[in-house]
Amino acid sequence: MQEQTGIPSVDHILSTIPPKKRLAKGPVAVVECFQEIPCDPCYTSCTTGAILPFEDINQLPRIDWETCNGCGRCVGFCPGLAIFIVDDTYSENESLVKIPWEFSCLPEEGEEVAGLNREGREVARVRIKKVQPSPKKNRAHILWLVVPRELAFEVRSIALKQGKQVDRGRKICLKTQLSADVKTLR
Amino acid sequence: MFDTEMLIIGGGPAGLKAALSAAEQGADVLLVDRNPYLGGQLVKQTHMFFGSQKQYASERGVTIAEILTREVLNSDKICVLTDTTALGYFEDKSVALEIKGTFKTVYPKRVIVATGAQENTLIFPNSDLPGIYGAGAVQTLMNVHGVMPGARVAMVGAGNIGVIVSYQLLQAGVEVVAIIEAAPRIGGYHVHAAKVRRLGVPIYIAHTVVEAHGRESLEGITIACLDEKWQPVKGTEIELEIDVLCISVGLSPLTELLFQAGCKMEYVPQLGGHVPYRSENLETTVAGIYVAGDVCAVEEASAAMVAGQIAGLAAAGSLGYKQNNYEAKLKDAKNELAGLRRGPAGEKVRSGLWALTIAAGEAV
Repeated sequence: MQEQTGIPSVDHILSTIPPKKRLAKGPVAVVECFQEIPCDPCYTSCTTGAILPFEDINQLPRIDWETCNGCGRCVGFCPGLAIFIVDDTYSENESLVKIPWEFSCLPEEGEEVAGLNREGREVARVRIKKVQPSPKKNRAHILWLVVPRELAFEVRSIALKQGKQVDRGRKICLKTQLSADVKTLR
Repeated sequence: MFDTEMLIIGGGPAGLKAALSAAEQGADVLLVDRNPYLGGQLVKQTHMFFGSQKQYASERGVTIAEILTREVLNSDKICVLTDTTALGYFEDKSVALEIKGTFKTVYPKRVIVATGAQENTLIFPNSDLPGIYGAGAVQTLMNVHGVMPGARVAMVGAGNIGVIVSYQLLQAGVEVVAIIEAAPRIGGYHVHAAKVRRLGVPIYIAHTVVEAHGRESLEGITIACLDEKWQPVKGTEIELEIDVLCISVGLSPLTELLFQAGCKMEYVPQLGGHVPYRSENLETTVAGIYVAGDVCAVEEASAAMVAGQIAGLAAAGSLGYKQNNYEAKLKDAKNELAGLRRGPAGEKVRSGLWALTIAAGEAV
């Protein structure tokens, strides 16, 4: 499906979600990398050993959720901007989602912005908790988003300030039933 | 007229790495590039690179260009001539150079051709309207000269260049209304596609541009769905109001010098077009002429850098320069290149390469 739309399939997304028990322990990395390409900075940037060693540079990253402490270092290093941190313990009704951000228009801390899902549709208003500068010069910034808990595995971007998120032309993407699936799982 | 041990034509990722690797073994290198700067396409690439740490993964292309350029300029073994075009390869094994308007003939003992590739174009009614660019031109405008190409853009082609330039357009504050891809699938890395998709850019696979509209310049395009025979389906037309159309439909190797030199060539679509036969050491069928980068197979810059290392090492080694851990470095580079191409993403290149590889020493 990602090959047709750019949007990962529901099965792929479900495979990235750590078990409930792990989510209850605090922040953890969610690796949305589903295509074998020659790339391994997630592994080389990980200081805890949670991203397991690559036998071949083309293989998909494998993560040990128990070892991962959700530090977020890999988020800034992943060239595909495909790693996110989810902290399901943020509050009773909210999760913290950290996303890589490479735009000069940085949101302000405390600001409320449109939270977008993987197809770029606004699914919630989200609050910017923190704008974390890139871990090393030239890597991605990391935005800390406070999102409704049920959307922790749905919100993956925020709207660009200058661009309008409008439906352009014919609707071409298949609507994912992700929210429903994730809710059932939780 | 002057002599040089090694002439490297093209100062992109392959040429820069070739120069550094050859110089490290002790060879004297003349590196020429027709642009006023070194780095080739790297200077326009603002995204983080894939690959491993050895190929500067997670660094941005423009940073890699800076690192390699600095190393090259710091080497007392490498002489750099920018604004210099290699005009032709002659029977007496000389290369004519145009250096800022003056002409010189150089007699190199070894030549590494790292000229890269040029963009393919697409023909449709009104495809000559102002506002219709190659993706590389848009990258040059934005990332080299800091000029916004327009306000509303559509991209043709969902290969890596198409999706990356779409993302760069968004970063520049340009609205990207659609990515249009004729194939029934996205050719670029899926993570790149995901990046633009979650910012709301629709990707129309199995679609093509039917025609462009506009009086003085581009005002819009009509796109339509393609059937299995790649023919537009009536009734599926969509109008897009745009002032820039960006064409990113593949690259073709820049092989003129290799043809002139009499290198045995073959048309291999998987590698981008006409490409030279080459040995494992990247020597062509003409002894002393080596190749590296997109000129011999259109692929990622990380692969071009490693190929540059191989060609630079092998060419230096053939001159007797093997002073710096030569054998191990050559072996490592070959393994690295094979590793980059080993996965599914390298299948296309692999399928094109096997028929083109000649045994070492087969050069004439």
